[in-house]
Amino acid sequence: MTAVIDVHELTRRFGRFTAVDAISFDVKAGEVFGFLGANGAGKTTAIRMLIGLLTPTSGRASVAGFDVLTRAEDVRRRIGYMSQRFSLYQDLTVRENITLYGGIYGLSDAEIRGRGEALIEELELGHASLERVAALPLGWKQKLAFAVALLHRPAVVFLDEPTSGVDPITRRQFWEMIYAAAARGTTVFVTTHYLDEAEYCDRVSIMVDGRIGALGTPDELKRKYGDATLEEVFVRLARPAA
Amino acid sequence: MRALRFLLRKEFLQIFRDHVILGMLFVMPLGQLLILANAATFEVRSARLYVVDHDHTPMSRGLTDRLAASGRFVPTAASPSPARADQAMLARQTDAILVIPTGFERELVRQRRAEVQFILNAEDGAAAGVLQSYAGRIFAAYSAELSAQVTPTLASIGARVDLPPRRGEPIIEIRRRGWYNPELDYLDFMVPGILVVLVTVVGTLLTAMNIVREKEAGTLDQLNVTPIRRSTFVAAKLIPLWSLALLDLALGLALAHFAFGVPVRGSLALVFVAAAIYLLAALGIGLWISTIAETQQQAMFVTFSIVMIYLLMSGLFTPVRGMPVWAQWAAQLNPVTHFIRLMRAVLLKGAGPAEVAPQLAMLAVIGAVVLTLAVRQYRKRAA
Amino acid sequence: MNTTALAAFMTKEVRHILRDRQTLTILLLLPLAMVVLFGYALRSDVNEVRLALVDPAPDYATAALRGRFAGNARFRIVATPETMAKLEPLFRRGDVDVAIVFEPGFAARLAEGTPARLLLVGDASDPNTGSTMQAYATAVIAGYQAELGSAGAGVQIVSRTRMRYNPTLESVNLFVPGLIALVLTLVSALMTAISLSREKERGTLEVLLVSPLRPWQIILGKVLPYLLLAFANVVTALLAAWVVFRVPFRGSLALLLVASMLYSMVSLALGVLVAAVTTSQRAAMIGALVGTMLPNELLSGMIFPISSMPDWLRPVTAVIPARWFIVIARGIMLKGVGLEYLWQAHLVLVLMLAVFLALAIRSFKPRLA
Repeated sequence: MTAVIDVHELTRRFGRFTAVDAISFDVKAGEVFGFLGANGAGKTTAIRMLIGLLTPTSGRASVAGFDVLTRAEDVRRRIGYMSQRFSLYQDLTVRENITLYGGIYGLSDAEIRGRGEALIEELELGHASLERVAALPLGWKQKLAFAVALLHRPAVVFLDEPTSGVDPITRRQFWEMIYAAAARGTTVFVTTHYLDEAEYCDRVSIMVDGRIGALGTPDELKRKYGDATLEEVFVRLARPAA
Repeated sequence: MRALRFLLRKEFLQIFRDHVILGMLFVMPLGQLLILANAATFEVRSARLYVVDHDHTPMSRGLTDRLAASGRFVPTAASPSPARADQAMLARQTDAILVIPTGFERELVRQRRAEVQFILNAEDGAAAGVLQSYAGRIFAAYSAELSAQVTPTLASIGARVDLPPRRGEPIIEIRRRGWYNPELDYLDFMVPGILVVLVTVVGTLLTAMNIVREKEAGTLDQLNVTPIRRSTFVAAKLIPLWSLALLDLALGLALAHFAFGVPVRGSLALVFVAAAIYLLAALGIGLWISTIAETQQQAMFVTFSIVMIYLLMSGLFTPVRGMPVWAQWAAQLNPVTHFIRLMRAVLLKGAGPAEVAPQLAMLAVIGAVVLTLAVRQYRKRAA
Repeated sequence: MNTTALAAFMTKEVRHILRDRQTLTILLLLPLAMVVLFGYALRSDVNEVRLALVDPAPDYATAALRGRFAGNARFRIVATPETMAKLEPLFRRGDVDVAIVFEPGFAARLAEGTPARLLLVGDASDPNTGSTMQAYATAVIAGYQAELGSAGAGVQIVSRTRMRYNPTLESVNLFVPGLIALVLTLVSALMTAISLSREKERGTLEVLLVSPLRPWQIILGKVLPYLLLAFANVVTALLAAWVVFRVPFRGSLALLLVASMLYSMVSLALGVLVAAVTTSQRAAMIGALVGTMLPNELLSGMIFPISSMPDWLRPVTAVIPARWFIVIARGIMLKGVGLEYLWQAHLVLVLMLAVFLALAIRSFKPRLA
């Protein structure tokens, strides 16, 4: 399998502070890749460089086969992104948000209609499709944001803490959506705080102080550190930093 | 282009759903225009006159009467005490004091020349200057009127008499014309200017706030990870507010014409061509503010400062040519200066494209520079 | 109630202000910059009149008059078109302020004693400047006429005009009080409104409201640091006015400072009120910006005299706090009067303060039932 995300010595400094310190890793096509780390470990900075919102200080990275620095527009066409904060338009309706993003990614009117209907049906949002997004409960909003990020069938989708603040049932549904997307061949790059969720990933990396402290499948990591759960691995790695 | 269509639809939907923005676009500027236009005037209404008449003669009373008859002065108090008149002025109870000394009539008759003292409260500046020139004209007119009467009186007293005015006295007759605004109506002059400022405030502020708001909400990041082009994004942000600001201007002009009677002597098409260019500059400044401000508070603050400088340095309230040279140069860089000048020239004087070409050219240059800078400043990716 | 809590709260507010260096610098420098910038730039009078002369048949008299205008520092002859028709484009372009059109045979008529006529055209689109310039030109012509003939024919009432309190009609003397009012509005009303509504939006205000602090203590804590800032602004603005422009201070400086603080408090209370009644930061900002800027400049008497406004509008200006502050500041600085003449204006400000504060405190009562 080829690497969909290929990161080499990627570094970002803010003044004298090094937020991301020469990290290297790759993510294979169709993988669900968990990107873990304590608050302030540099996860969000790393994601922002990969999706072209922040210029790296040094190192290089390619996403979907294109360099993020020189071919940013080619990258953008092939990725989806869902941020920590809910960032669809609250004052537009569900349908209007879908149409907007479909249009931005260059889908035809027929595609927008077809995929939009399917999406609304899948999320069981039929009753609320003409309501403004602001009126939806948080869990629905998150699922909607994820579905919209997948609307243009991107090669990679970046999810930045998609399930924070969401109830356990919705979280489970969310992960079902993630698996469904992976099964359709979309690579999923997800950051999370919930270590039980990390167990669902094909591979995880744990960032500590801007570096990658550990990388492998959940089982490999547990074996390597002799812990029963990923949570113990995480605490073991993150503690010296605290 | 296709993406632009979808983005434009989104922007219009958002604007028309936001009551605060709609109020700001339409109610606020037009409401303020209706009220504030009436405030912006240097016209002097009747000034309160305190008369200190030490002479008590027909001529001294005649002088007071002429001042009163002009309608510009209303004698509201009289006393023989200059000190009390002074106090009245300190207490803002009177605007002008006329002191007629003893022997006023006698001097006029004997010396053909008499002095009075005229004191104006210059606390309000502009008004005092205007009152001074009104009073000057009234004094001159009364002098002329007396000239006819005084000679016979002289003869009857038997004093040293000049011959009656000899024929062939050189006379210059001045006919005055105040072109473009013979009634000296301040509304004609101020309404177009105030309208420009209101439209500018609204356009600049809304553009800046609109983008910064998306920054704060995180939706800007979401747009920045999509493949839309910078130019598409900027066009989608500017076109709706640009067209609404033009609509605002049209409504304001209609109000100016029908409610305030501001004349439209030149071509409206010319005004709107200029407005279209001008608004690009005004909104471009809003766009530039939004690239440097992280929060709506900062955007507001910067806009406030810039617009205040805009306003006071544009020749709207005080003439640009009264400013020191460096400030006149600064005013040349201010798009408001050129647009206000153009509006006044076209509406009041009926100026055509050739006559306002310099303003149009400056607007185009400023607009192009501002927009280019703002678009270059806008980055999808943080450095 | 406890004073330690209040002190702690106030310390927090001061930290907020001090931490945002950028805003603080702007807040401290802006007033200075504004007074200097506008003090130089705002002039309601134009010193140079651009003159066009249309003299189709020049003779000694028109030449003499032209010479008088050419020699007058106030006038600059910018054009001498042959016909009146060519005047129009000059005016339209805004290149000419006043034009004089001589009737042919000017000198001959003067000699005959029949009226020699000339037309004095002014650009009256700006009525104030237009009529002032016409008056200047009339004075020059009258001077020539007086020189020509014995002025003894008629009687003459000579008025010695005195411009009390501002003999040279210096614009900066009039604008400084208004500029101070504008700065104080910006710092006091706008900044408090924004800062309070931000706390409201972020929910931190609720935390304060459920604390043992009373509403008035919260408001006091919010407002006091800004009051200090406003005091610093007044002092720098006055210093700039005095050092750079030599604006007179004829009355009591202490009273001026007291009045400035009173006015700041009114603005602060207004800011608190705006934040209390609006629901979002954006609405608060728009309310504060739009509601204060233009009305403060136009309805306060800063630029346009209130006595010039229409009858119905004059009472409206009474609700603008800046209007009263300008009366006080001009009274103290230019007229040198004290409370004996200014007590009403002070009283109005005190009343406004009381009303705004009462309303603001009421609307901040904890409503977390």
